[in-house]
Amino acid sequence: MNALTVKDLNVKIGESHILHGVTFDVPAHKVTALLGRNGVGKSTTLKSIMGLYQGTGSIELNGQQILGTPTYKIAQAGVAYVPEDREIFSTLSVRENLTLASRNKNNGDAYKNIFELFPELDTRAAQLAGSLSGGQQQMVAIARALLNENEILLVDEPTKGLAPKLVTEVANALVKVAHETTMLLVEQNLALVKRVAENVIVMDQGKVIFQGGPENLSDPAWVHEMLGVSGGHK
Amino acid sequence: MEAFILIGITGIGLGALYFLIASGLSLIYGLMGVLNFAHGSFLTVGAFVGFWVASKMGFETTIPEFLLAMIIGGLAAGLFALLIEQLLITRLYERHIDQALVTVGVSLVVGAVLGGWFGNDLRMFPTPMWFLTAIDIGGAQIPADRVIYISTAILLLIGNWALLKFTRIGLIIRAGVENRHMVDALGINVRKAFSTVFFLGGFAAGVGGVLVSVYSNGVSPLIAGSYLIYGFIVVVIGGMGSVPGSFLAAMLIGIIKQFANYYATGLGDFVVVILLAVVLLIRPQGLLGKVRA
Repeated sequence: MNALTVKDLNVKIGESHILHGVTFDVPAHKVTALLGRNGVGKSTTLKSIMGLYQGTGSIELNGQQILGTPTYKIAQAGVAYVPEDREIFSTLSVRENLTLASRNKNNGDAYKNIFELFPELDTRAAQLAGSLSGGQQQMVAIARALLNENEILLVDEPTKGLAPKLVTEVANALVKVAHETTMLLVEQNLALVKRVAENVIVMDQGKVIFQGGPENLSDPAWVHEMLGVSGGHK
Repeated sequence: MEAFILIGITGIGLGALYFLIASGLSLIYGLMGVLNFAHGSFLTVGAFVGFWVASKMGFETTIPEFLLAMIIGGLAAGLFALLIEQLLITRLYERHIDQALVTVGVSLVVGAVLGGWFGNDLRMFPTPMWFLTAIDIGGAQIPADRVIYISTAILLLIGNWALLKFTRIGLIIRAGVENRHMVDALGINVRKAFSTVFFLGGFAAGVGGVLVSVYSNGVSPLIAGSYLIYGFIVVVIGGMGSVPGSFLAAMLIGIIKQFANYYATGLGDFVVVILLAVVLLIRPQGLLGKVRA
């Protein structure tokens, strides 16, 4: 059973044709890693699923077409999004960021879960989100997405630009979350991908060039050919 | 000393009128990036509806009757603003030139319709007799109507702050000013917040329209003109999207203008333009505005 099915997705931004017939499936209750070199269209794919970019083709969430649907309705349908640059609201406090994101009034358990995952957010609830460190901002961005019951979690480079200690902390949180949800994860950190991914999609030049199991991630030659990096180091 | 107090307080009163007009402009631009040249027509509609309600009560109104007329004028202007937003502006988000053309068009149409209906002559706004009295402050005789202008502006500022700080719609508006696409991505229809802001901006302009009519000794389809220009100047000096910034700038402009008019006979407008130029050169984002990424 697939939570998300993307078929022949074409997206243009201005005059640039970014996605060329992207097609893949995201199985339910599994973590799917979306990999590829910089600039191949991974983030554009996530934004298109979220309705932030318009395109042609088909995007189905549990069999329901969501392409062309307003972004807020896609989110209400259960697509949660952790963007690449976190995009937390810097002029709001941590508490206000979370309150804004929560669409469920009976959310006591959800808050309990995210404070177990990120205890720092509880102690810094009154702090302006803009004054948090990069890692703490990433925690807010992830927590914001976890406050509601989701069908799928889209996570875009959650460890990008973080100090090694914070990479571990965020990675541990994602590993915990991975057991409970369907996730489409864009990530350059192969160590993290190897820990969580049960399914791998590789993109190149706006197209999907591979979809399959994560076994190949242990093959340095395959990793080098597909991603242009040394396997196991990045 | 009496002259100093009189000029200072009448300057604050004038600043209060500017703030009522500028607060809606600032929020509408700050949240939606809409350059709304139809804002003057919201002011005019509020003034005429307030005038119509007050006229039903006779040539003279009591203070509660006047306040009722002012609130109804504000509500009518808010509903008119909502109508314009729903019919026209929602189709023009991200299209700034089209927004400017259409909203200028709306202001011209409203002015022409009201001018054709009522004529362009000033019509005396029925006010309470108390407005014609003076209050002694430090020996200065302050016209009583200034108290209404100033207290209305302060109430609006507090109401605005409370709405933004303590309500969910306020939270959505604050977040939307920062990043409206992310608000959408959290499952919130940010367009509803846009409509609320248009209504509130229209309400403030309508209330301002009634008070401007009192200040200008009457209501006319032409009253919005110079006040709208000052509204834009206040928004730029205060900082786009910052209501407290608009309040600060409006008070500053009102006071400076009155003092300049008194001590440098009639140079008030010139001094305000100089102030605008200085702020744009030294702090382009305005006094309390934020630099946009």
